[in-house]
Amino acid sequence: MTEPIVRHYGPRAYPDHPPFSYPDYRSTVKRAPSQDLLGIVKTLTESTGPGPIWSEISEDDADLTTNAGTGGEAIGERIIVTGRVLDEHGIGVPGTIVEIWQTNAAGRYVHWRDSKRKAPLDPNFIGVGQCVTDEEGTYRFLTIRPGPYPWGNHPNAWRPAHIHFSLMGPAIGSRLVTQMYFEGDPLLPLDPIYNSAPGHSRERMIGSYDHDITEEGWATGWRWDIVLRSEEGILEESEEDE
Amino acid sequence: MTRHLGQTPSQTVGPFYSMRLAAEGDNVLPIPDGGQRIVVKGKVFDADGKHVEDALIETWQANPVGGYNHPDDLRELGQSREFTGFARAQTDFQTGEYRIETVKPGRVPDPEGEMQAPHIAMIIQGRGMLNPLFTRFYFSDELQANQQDIVLRAVPAGRRATLIATLDEGSDPPTYVFDVRLQGESETVFFDV
Ligand SMILES: [Fe+3]
Repeated sequence: MTEPIVRHYGPRAYPDHPPFSYPDYRSTVKRAPSQDLLGIVKTLTESTGPGPIWSEISEDDADLTTNAGTGGEAIGERIIVTGRVLDEHGIGVPGTIVEIWQTNAAGRYVHWRDSKRKAPLDPNFIGVGQCVTDEEGTYRFLTIRPGPYPWGNHPNAWRPAHIHFSLMGPAIGSRLVTQMYFEGDPLLPLDPIYNSAPGHSRERMIGSYDHDITEEGWATGWRWDIVLRSEEGILEESEEDE
Repeated sequence: MTRHLGQTPSQTVGPFYSMRLAAEGDNVLPIPDGGQRIVVKGKVFDADGKHVEDALIETWQANPVGGYNHPDDLRELGQSREFTGFARAQTDFQTGEYRIETVKPGRVPDPEGEMQAPHIAMIIQGRGMLNPLFTRFYFSDELQANQQDIVLRAVPAGRRATLIATLDEGSDPPTYVFDVRLQGESETVFFDV
């Protein structure tokens, strides 16, 4: 009988992530644990996850400009967003489920809770997509550039344009939900959610304009790589290689 | 040379995650051969004891014979690979309750060669939560197995009860209640997985 493999992941780099409680983002205060996280022995439960198996994903889902299925196309600035899902050594993570959701060009979500917002809906845009990373860890979406939107955190609060990303790799222990922001957005320094990440790591969430991705007469291109927590084993091996 | 890239920071799923995550039906798993249908439900509470109306709950579990549907677990346990073991649910905006229909997981070996008690791993996220919270829960009707479990034994005795899903006596299918307390008295144990 084949024995299961229990992989040892390196630490979740909490100093690179936001704190649980970040008072400038008001609703964190009552939802953050007050006790320290408890260490846990490495077992198969946390070193496995649904990524490799749970991937009934059709290629159409990576095109948000048409996946509303209306036959029409979404209005807005057409963009290609692509990059690689990497481990901490720069090795691509294949088979990662990448799920995204975002506002339309006017900054409006297709969500019942965003109904108070006086901004138009686009009947040809549902604002969600998904894909699975290929052998090199590459993902790619065609979408439209989302708009900024107001929220109630503080007076005259606006979220910078962003795309929500959910990543489900081979282990639940490397689960990551994050947001991609756009290079040069003047709202970034004013946004407590973006700024909740420490100063040394927050720019890792910024996608950059990349003219090599831009397709002539069609769409501008944006590159954003995402780094997931990775296995300790690989770390040791590559250090021996030095 | 080792290239050490920094991890991409975590951000909140925000209030609009259900556009993509937690679609209808993601909270109901099929019943594989020999599986016993169970329901797990509960609420997520904040520091004031108010229910969190927009939490995302994800669960990951073994099949009824204790196998994970994953390339790292290729033991021949005689189970089909139809059962993914992954469920998603959201807390209801009005009632605050999440509900998952699944099967009781089997026992999975621990690194010392003993068997863990049946358990389900859970990830909790939501608006106002900048990082995912990881926990796992056990079953109130598995007293003996729970006492021997390597993870549960390492939890300070006074906090273990926060990880036990309580069987609702007489419920059919067997229904377990597992509430999560994010902060304050009886705060749930969250793990640095
Ligand atoms: Fe958003």
